[in-house]
Amino acid sequence: MFYREAGDFKTSYKDDNQTFPIRLDRAGYWVALAVAFLIVPFMVNDYWVNAIFAPFFIYAIAALGLNILTGYAGQVSLGTGGFMAVGAYACYKLMVAFPEVNIVFHVLISGGITAVVGVAFGLPSLRIKGFYLAVATLASQFFLVWLFNKVPWFYNYSASGQINAPERSVFGVVVTGPHTEAWAKYLICLIFLVALAWIARNLTRGMMGRKWMGIRDMDIAAEIIGVNPLMAKMTAFAASSFFVGVAGALFFSVYLGAAEAGESFGITKSFLILFMIIIGGLGSIFGSFAGAAFMVLMPVLLKNVLVGMMGWPTDLAAHLEFMIVGGLIVFFLIVEPHGLAQLWRLTKDKLRLWPFPH
Amino acid sequence: MTYKRVAAASVAALMVASPVMADLVFPSLSYRTGPFAAGGIPYADGFADYMTLLNERDGGVGGVKLQVPECETAYNTEKGVECYEATKGQGALAYNPLSTGITYQLIPKATADDIPLYTPGYGRTSAANGNVFSHVFNFPANYWNGASAAVNHILDLNGGDLKGKKVILLHFNGAYGKEPIPTLTALGEKHGFDFSTVPVDYPGQEQKSQWLQIRREKPDYVLFWGWGVMNQVAVQEAANIRFPMENFIGVWWSGAEHDVKPAGDAATGYKAVAFHGVGNDYPVFGDINKYVVEAGKAAGDGSNVGTVIYNRGVYAAMMLAEAAKKAQEIHGVADITSGQMRDGLEQLEITNARMAELGMEGFGPEFKVSCANHGGPGTAAIQQWDAASGKWSLISDFGPSDMDVIQPLITADSEAYAAENNIEPQCK
Amino acid sequence: MSEQLLFAAEVTLNGLMAGVLYALVALGFVLIFKASGIFNYAQGVMALFAAMTLVGIQQGQIPFSHLINAIFGTEIHHFPWHVPSIIAIIAAAGVMVGFAWIVERYILKHLVGQPDIILFMATIGLAYFMEGFGDMMWGSELKTLDVGLPQGLNETVLNVTDKLFGYGFFIDNLDIVAAVVASLLVAALTIFSQYSKQGRALRAVADDHSAALSVGISLRFIWVLVWSIAGFVALVAGIMWGAKSGVQFSLSLIALKALPVLMLGGFTSIPGAIIGGLIIGVGEQLFEFAIGPLIGGATQNWFAYVLALIFLVFRPQGLFGEKIIERV
Repeated sequence: MFYREAGDFKTSYKDDNQTFPIRLDRAGYWVALAVAFLIVPFMVNDYWVNAIFAPFFIYAIAALGLNILTGYAGQVSLGTGGFMAVGAYACYKLMVAFPEVNIVFHVLISGGITAVVGVAFGLPSLRIKGFYLAVATLASQFFLVWLFNKVPWFYNYSASGQINAPERSVFGVVVTGPHTEAWAKYLICLIFLVALAWIARNLTRGMMGRKWMGIRDMDIAAEIIGVNPLMAKMTAFAASSFFVGVAGALFFSVYLGAAEAGESFGITKSFLILFMIIIGGLGSIFGSFAGAAFMVLMPVLLKNVLVGMMGWPTDLAAHLEFMIVGGLIVFFLIVEPHGLAQLWRLTKDKLRLWPFPH
Repeated sequence: MTYKRVAAASVAALMVASPVMADLVFPSLSYRTGPFAAGGIPYADGFADYMTLLNERDGGVGGVKLQVPECETAYNTEKGVECYEATKGQGALAYNPLSTGITYQLIPKATADDIPLYTPGYGRTSAANGNVFSHVFNFPANYWNGASAAVNHILDLNGGDLKGKKVILLHFNGAYGKEPIPTLTALGEKHGFDFSTVPVDYPGQEQKSQWLQIRREKPDYVLFWGWGVMNQVAVQEAANIRFPMENFIGVWWSGAEHDVKPAGDAATGYKAVAFHGVGNDYPVFGDINKYVVEAGKAAGDGSNVGTVIYNRGVYAAMMLAEAAKKAQEIHGVADITSGQMRDGLEQLEITNARMAELGMEGFGPEFKVSCANHGGPGTAAIQQWDAASGKWSLISDFGPSDMDVIQPLITADSEAYAAENNIEPQCK
Repeated sequence: MSEQLLFAAEVTLNGLMAGVLYALVALGFVLIFKASGIFNYAQGVMALFAAMTLVGIQQGQIPFSHLINAIFGTEIHHFPWHVPSIIAIIAAAGVMVGFAWIVERYILKHLVGQPDIILFMATIGLAYFMEGFGDMMWGSELKTLDVGLPQGLNETVLNVTDKLFGYGFFIDNLDIVAAVVASLLVAALTIFSQYSKQGRALRAVADDHSAALSVGISLRFIWVLVWSIAGFVALVAGIMWGAKSGVQFSLSLIALKALPVLMLGGFTSIPGAIIGGLIIGVGEQLFEFAIGPLIGGATQNWFAYVLALIFLVFRPQGLFGEKIIERV
């Protein structure tokens, strides 16, 4: 009734192509941003930030990155954990080597370094496709983790191979290390997320994104109409790895504060992020958010309900948590095979017509 | 059907679990699921059962009941962070996460929040330097003590001369497994044995090439730093290549019943370093059986009582309870805060008389913690497995470790940390 | 022969044995991929679940005892009996058949005709569910699996090689058993799919779902069949690995060992899985033997993947995979 496009006239191409063509959507978007930036920071505490917001934001960034590669450019990758490790270790080395430089630049440069590494490991994608490529990217996953474990230079020769984030600040506000205020941690992650999501949205609907989607849908056909597959695939790997690298840098420096290659960036991380984008919806910015939210928040929610409210033994609750998450994935698939994003689109389509379906 | 079952289960669970209103909160960041559940379950059971025993038998510590909220981490650092934040608000007095990764994560956080970490026999070894790590305690022994104890045992076997002997460290290829390498390298130089390492990557389900290498190189001794499935496979493979089991020595995390049982009789003779007693011949286990297991208040099914890892959980719980008592004495309040708990840990003194009172005579060493030394005496013994009786037994006394070698390493590593993080020494 | 060569020969032999075990896991993937185009992420968890079920039945564990105890405050754990190994294996295989039926009935039936990625996703959900369900049913502590398989050094090989070369080779008895079982399994599967009616139907389904349907092949029956066989293969793999390490969570990670094998051998070829397994097994052991000490060891985790990767660059469909023909 209220959610409709009637009466919302577009008078220019620019208007017609905007991200949120419906007025209510636009309003919702601005309200959500306003709440996230102006209200939530005053209300969060350590628990909300460390258990919910920080992991959600950071995983959303990683999911955006992987979605560019897998969802838009059609290259399935299982090397995400390894690339996050590149971002994290690059960030650590930069933080220790140049303590006077602002951490924001460290994070961005880490993303850049990851992009270079990503392109190098993306080269085989020119020959290998589909599941074969997915498994091939596992090579980068295992190799990178092994490398960070093996070469002591990466962890500054510490006895155990753990890296610890020293305290750094942005404009006088501490954002890494143990003395970080909850709101500062929340805001720095949020700013990165919003900026990167904006970039991702504009990349994917521009020339670049169209090339990627061409390659995804039918690479030979795309080549015939003039898309250079080498460039398209390499830019996809670079952009994707940049996002993933930034996520890895934030994951280590802001969120965890300490990390170890094998444990924090293992193969399970690669799978987890792939699950996020598949469940959220391939080729959808909203899907990246929805998937990250589902995989991060659902276990926490279930745990709090089962253990906190119902007083279950923790092990039974953990088992049941797995069963429910797994069951929900299957259930969603049967109801709507194209992920949470498609479910959301369908809901919106229904809403447009509601309450007069004809 | 699922709905009905869940509903029935939740209603029943609500009725069974009557919330214990208590004031001394010791969260248990346990892992009863995931790749390391085999070790996590008995530890969490032992930890919870000892606290329950104190509540049931003595009415808590200093008249205040103890509470052990459990939070499942599955040995995952992110879940560990979530658990820490979730339980911190309940007035947690100390954390004992039983994971090196989570410990590293929590060291700066807990220090900033003024909550002590107690990591007996694991975590960051150099945290023994209390001057730098004000809120971390890892008495009575750490990995480097363990490595030294193993070498001391080999020295004993060889009449004090190890020249030309070949020692291989088979280790988990991660933070935990790499800890003993500097110590063993230093000890190798000191005693003149030839030391080399053979890493095994997580999870360690497949170790064929490592053991073929060991078979080729014919070392005199193999030391072993493993956890999880790596333990069972290593013991099995050692038996397969007929490596003399008595020359195969694991650290305390590789020396539990479930590590050797899958290999059957072939595991007999396998040794492990221990920093506390084995078996259930101590009076305290009688009390646990009487007040906790038979009263139906046990955390597990009671079958773990007296196993190595369970005992370790009991030992850790005992230390925390004693430290809480000490803190109550120092500050003259029954209802202590986490900061006061830290003081209690720092001034903790365990005497043999006290151990006897607790029904744990000879279970662990006697020692005194100080501001500069959070690592305790660093004593350890050697335990050996006998498959026929299905029991571990101590074959040596709790002996000292080579602090001449270890102390400089602790100082160097902790000072590097202090420099990286601008930490002022806390002891005057 | 020089000592190094002897060592290399021993390593190669052991690599072959390890390769057979990898192939066994890969086989489960191939079967399902061939018949339904599904990349079954749950294969590793199936191996864990099958092995847990076997031990649970063998030792007379009461399913869901922990849950029952938590709800009703009872203290039940075990039935007072101990089931002989062979009956337990048959029963566990039966459970896997039942599991296959449930998967078909409640998941696959609803997803017929969906794109591959969707079916892959469904197996992710399935893997999560089974992981929780298996632990809920049998508990997550370590279980010792003993079905009477021989373990340890093989005397005959040791003595023969010692006489021949002056250096006794080490071969694990368990590996020999595994190799024999895997070979039998592969032979049986090949005969089944080449010569039996169901096997032909299975191959028809693998070629084209709708064409197979139109000539009267029951897709549902074939799917139940193929998932049952994959379940059985998972059980065998679970027994072989579980005998060594005990049954525990890490068993589900053996699936990772199978992935490079699949890449190398091709997702659709049973002989490919075997040969790929052997190549990976030998390759990674030899690499660890020859190059490992120079660069610090523990190379097995990535070497298999890098080997497969390099190989794929030259032959993108794997050794025996069907050539991908693309039409615009």
